[in-house]
Amino acid sequence: MASKNKKLNLKDKYQYLTRDMAWEPTYEKHEDIYPDESFEGIKILNWDQWEDPFRLTMDTYWKYQAEKEKKLYAIFDAFAQNNGQQNITDARYVNALKLFLSGISPVEYAAYQGYARVGRQFSGAGARVACQMQAIDELRHAQTQQHAMSHYNKHFNGLHDASYQHDRVWFLSVPKSFFDDARSAGPFEFLTAISFSFEYVLTNLLFVPFMSGAAYNGDMATVTFGFSAQSDEARHMTLGLEVIKFILEQHEDNVPIIQKWVDKWFWRGFRLLSLVGMMMDYMLPNKVMSWAEAWEMYYEQSGGALFKDLERYGIRPPKYQDVANAAKNHSSHQTWATFYQYSQATNFHTWMPQEDEMAWLSEKYPETFDKYYRDRFEHWDKEQKKGNRFYNNTLPQLCQVCQIPNIMTEKDDPTVFSHRQVKHEGERYHFCSDGCCDIFKNEPEKYIQAWLPVHQIYQGNCGGADVATVVEKYYHIVPGVDNMEYLGSPDHQRWLDIKGLKPLSTSRQKKTAA
Amino acid sequence: MSVEIKTTSVEPIRNTYSAIARRFGDKPATRYQEASFDLAATTNFHYRPLWDPKRTLNDPTRTALRMEDWYAVTDPRQFFYGAYVGNRAKMQEAAESSFAFCDKRNLLTRLPEETQKQLLRLLVPFRHVALGANMNNSKIAGDSTATTVSQMHMFAATDHLGMGQYLSRIALLLDGSTGTALDESKTYWMDDELWQPLRKLVEGILVVDDWFEITLVQNVLLDGLMYPLVYDRMDAWFGEQGAEDISMLTEFQRDWYKESLRWTNAMIKTVVAESGRNREQVQSWVKNWEPMVYEALKPIAQATTGLDALDELRAELSVRLKKAGLESTGVQA
Repeated sequence: MASKNKKLNLKDKYQYLTRDMAWEPTYEKHEDIYPDESFEGIKILNWDQWEDPFRLTMDTYWKYQAEKEKKLYAIFDAFAQNNGQQNITDARYVNALKLFLSGISPVEYAAYQGYARVGRQFSGAGARVACQMQAIDELRHAQTQQHAMSHYNKHFNGLHDASYQHDRVWFLSVPKSFFDDARSAGPFEFLTAISFSFEYVLTNLLFVPFMSGAAYNGDMATVTFGFSAQSDEARHMTLGLEVIKFILEQHEDNVPIIQKWVDKWFWRGFRLLSLVGMMMDYMLPNKVMSWAEAWEMYYEQSGGALFKDLERYGIRPPKYQDVANAAKNHSSHQTWATFYQYSQATNFHTWMPQEDEMAWLSEKYPETFDKYYRDRFEHWDKEQKKGNRFYNNTLPQLCQVCQIPNIMTEKDDPTVFSHRQVKHEGERYHFCSDGCCDIFKNEPEKYIQAWLPVHQIYQGNCGGADVATVVEKYYHIVPGVDNMEYLGSPDHQRWLDIKGLKPLSTSRQKKTAA
Repeated sequence: MSVEIKTTSVEPIRNTYSAIARRFGDKPATRYQEASFDLAATTNFHYRPLWDPKRTLNDPTRTALRMEDWYAVTDPRQFFYGAYVGNRAKMQEAAESSFAFCDKRNLLTRLPEETQKQLLRLLVPFRHVALGANMNNSKIAGDSTATTVSQMHMFAATDHLGMGQYLSRIALLLDGSTGTALDESKTYWMDDELWQPLRKLVEGILVVDDWFEITLVQNVLLDGLMYPLVYDRMDAWFGEQGAEDISMLTEFQRDWYKESLRWTNAMIKTVVAESGRNREQVQSWVKNWEPMVYEALKPIAQATTGLDALDELRAELSVRLKKAGLESTGVQA
């Protein structure tokens, strides 16, 4: 079959191997096959203009990914065989893994489900295929994270029931509601939320800090996962940028819709990152950089350049980014202070920073740490040494949107809590900020549905009326073993044993499986 | 003499995650277990989906079937992501060397013009069916609730994409990588009467909402008749036309289909055995769809292997369904 035509270039060849397998249906209506594509109001004039963000055929994908998996699992095996958990900087570090496995791994799984769905919803086959590849990548991440941390779970407490806790524990409703929000939205908002805001704008502030934290703290299993996932993440970021540019280029009516989503998902992402900021500043024994430095580098500089680039589409930087920028010097301290007080209800340990760590915080936060936070922390430390470790036994009020307790302060006055409220159909709703309040006002019928953990406890939907019962029975958290103060905890004791500060044989742990 | 390296041993405080221990006891778990059980969220969802406000996220009622525990459906291949890509990487290595061999020796372009045209008309258009299968399985991966079920469909989705790409590459071998053969082949899919019943069926499956109905029709009924027809019977028929080399380029599909029977059979068996209600529902879907699948493939069989081949395969499918406690009507063989 001699051909007159020229050999296909790579781009066209990839199109023949993906979107050309699709066809315009004639036996069923287009909108019956793709019923979810139009209700958000996004106008796509021509899916042919979709630029494939990467060109991986399945055979190449299988080959590359299998090579990566083989190397990764060789390291996992070596790590377990050599008890690599003994080589970390300090057992306090493992608490960052508890936060990761219960807060992040389940949303990797939710991302898998979300991408599998949008991998069917779009009528543009090029976009579908790119989404499906991200779906199976996210499944990979959720699963390899179970395996990376499996060995830690055998030697430390608090990692044992992460997915179960993700559905129930009060602060885990912050990441869960974030992904529920994205997955319950339409396909275009899902991609704006996860591919663009989460993967493209914020990955360096979420995924990367955990992996760098692993590298700085001798966690070979997790950091090897991080390296192995890096090329996946690069693909996801490319998809995120293509998504936003494609939608914006398709029709000018899309611009205000996208702007609204950019505002919303930036703010939701920023609030979610409070957990990462606290991890970076307080939970890593060997610190990578301060949260404020990370925010400056990865949001203010990189994000600034990105939004400059998007200006030509009529997109401005996210609303309230000035509030977020100002909060970089406060949010990690306020968040850690909260988790310290409510440590009886978390799945990880908390502690007060040691003296050298306090000095590091003073140096990294010259304007704020000594002025607003040091005294409180020193007071708590002193009380603890006297045997009065502080736990707060009230339940905090949660923001109706981001679900973080109303602990954040006003932009211009860090001594005043930021609190907004709105009346909707006779009910009063509370918010942590103007950002969250705006999100509510744009879609009240969505956010009144929120499953707010504190409300649910008070309504008796969490297995008991008092916090202790809820924590033990409903959360599957073993009090004092999985959580509360680190000093003197079984994890701490065990670590001292490992480091030979006490002979292992004389103080071998009792089994504490839940 | 044996070499003995002294290592320090540390007693673990538990052997696996609690969710795995609740199912299998606190003993060392397999990687398949830790990767596949109880990862998906099950409760306390915050918002109803805008695209399906009557149900929650991860709602088990996205199929009419009911299972006490969907994790009862497991994968006999024990595929989690790593095991899956490892397996497919080996399969693609074999396929790659076959394609390279055919390309180097010009095995396809040396075929008579008429045979080449037959390949474009009768084999390559199945790439479009593969894309439909890809879409359906991606939907199921998003809609089904247990990871053990969901991941098998995600793997099937990417498998079908890959197999559609292998079929496309047959046309690219024929047209010297210009795309003209693919263009020609697509016109058969769109306009040739031979293909219209199958295209109508494929479009018809794309508007089904119940994910288990889709997996039954797509992965059991359609694949169950189509794969042995195309890659076994028609493969032999192409051989008779002098195109036996094409077998090399479809080996992946043959291996794949044999392997896919393991999980599809296990899934159907478990789900049907769960309750009389499930059995009745699945039975009514079989009754509705099996004759449609048969009719859709009929013109292709008639143009190639003859109808007897399809009837034999239909009887084999009937035996297979019977093992799961299902009857298929209209068996002519």
